[in-house]
Amino acid sequence: MTVALSGKKVAAQIEEKFPGSVVESSEGSLVIKGESLLAVAAFLRDTPELGFDYLNYITAVDYYSHFEIVYQLTSLGHNHTMMFKTRCYRRESPVMPSVVGLWQGADFQEREIYDLMGIKFEGHPNMKRIFLWEGFEGYPLRKDYLS
Amino acid sequence: MTTTEMALKTEPFVLNIGPVHPSTHGVYRMRVTLDGEVVLDMEPVFGYLHRGVEKLAEERSYTGFIPLTDRLDYIASMSNNLAYCLAVERLAGVKVPERAEYIRVIMAELQRLANHCIVVGAFFNDCGAYFTPFMYLFREREKILDLFDMVCGQRLTYNYMRIGGLSQDIPDEFLPALKKFLPQMKRFVDEYECFIKQNEILLARAKGVGILSRETAINCGISGPVARASGIKWDLRKADPYSIYDRFEFDIPFGEAGDCYDRYRVRMEEIKQSLRILEQAARQIPPGPVKTEVPHLIRPPAGEAYAHIESPKGELGFYLVSDNSIAPYRCHVRPPSLINLTALREMVRGWKVADLIIIFGSIDITMGEVDR
Repeated sequence: MTVALSGKKVAAQIEEKFPGSVVESSEGSLVIKGESLLAVAAFLRDTPELGFDYLNYITAVDYYSHFEIVYQLTSLGHNHTMMFKTRCYRRESPVMPSVVGLWQGADFQEREIYDLMGIKFEGHPNMKRIFLWEGFEGYPLRKDYLS
Repeated sequence: MTTTEMALKTEPFVLNIGPVHPSTHGVYRMRVTLDGEVVLDMEPVFGYLHRGVEKLAEERSYTGFIPLTDRLDYIASMSNNLAYCLAVERLAGVKVPERAEYIRVIMAELQRLANHCIVVGAFFNDCGAYFTPFMYLFREREKILDLFDMVCGQRLTYNYMRIGGLSQDIPDEFLPALKKFLPQMKRFVDEYECFIKQNEILLARAKGVGILSRETAINCGISGPVARASGIKWDLRKADPYSIYDRFEFDIPFGEAGDCYDRYRVRMEEIKQSLRILEQAARQIPPGPVKTEVPHLIRPPAGEAYAHIESPKGELGFYLVSDNSIAPYRCHVRPPSLINLTALREMVRGWKVADLIIIFGSIDITMGEVDR
């Protein structure tokens, strides 16, 4: 059975290494500051006892005041999993760092988020729309689309 | 005139394969850069079947979205039903009756058989064995569709599962028909393998072609038979048993080379393992109700949940966010088909166009799920 790691415990480990990078944490998940995302993600992947080598999925949720980007990670070796999030408060031209360099599986998913939610991922090798055509106006998965 | 001047000047050129091409398995386009016949680069182009399913979910009730999940991976609709219902049940804390769990497992495994029949058949088509091997598998798949037809009146888009169970119990004639089908299928698989497994043309075309290394597969988030063919012993039915999979005995077939042949082998072995699960489930299934009563317009408490299953194609998951209203605030599908395509570019580089078709076919995708 895949064990879901406690967000609080992982948050404590992250805080030890990168003080001030965790915004909040609960049992189910933790929220990381956007600017420390890449460092924390690399830490999660490369620390042997965490070993999150597998990125299940990335998605984004629009909460009007901010976007939340959700990352689900699994360690195939340890058979444990965790979810972490980052928040993006800029509605006009939101930008986040890309994790493609760490997990290549993020490639299409980050493009999908850009396509449908309008969040740009800095450092992505091919940041363009994936399902809709170039020149499509707006980002359909945003809550204020067509309102 | 020197020899250098006389030599033919060559340059790479771009060829579009698809969006509508017999071997693109749906409306999918590959923008291929070629040097003669050798693939230098490949860029996938998606979106021809994009229907905005995730947006549609936000305007439907939780139950009302189930028919739309059928249309994601329409080759394996039962699996989609199951993954979505599991996610809502986790979100709302709904328990499923014992009998319904058994029927769900039976449906999911029958669906795996039906799906693998199509993939393996289509793979031989891509190899150039037009339609003869395909049709034998289709004949067997037809029997599975008859079983599905018996339980829900549909052959492709079932809409059979509900939050908290199933829409209805299986009819009395279902289990006898299933028990009759299982040995037939077993015999058929052995017979089929006898013809195909050591076929010289298949070995020549598929062995050593389109190798996906274990490291790349993990890094790209590849799941399902494609990952297992690359030597990753990862099957959610064992690694993270959902429903009642922990009650059945079965093995996880896996390959070593990570080539097209291994991907085909893994699928054939999976068919045999699914038959084992089906035999056990058909024997153990208890009587009882098949649905927990939940309100038709269910309002799960505010929160989020992710549930995933081992669908025939890989890890199929649903991430749901609830705001305690009758519709999901956000519904995200984790599509195995899309994510399994991530590594395709690396897999096809350096191979010929004819191999590109095979490598692509060996991944097993459904465009309904890629584009959503």
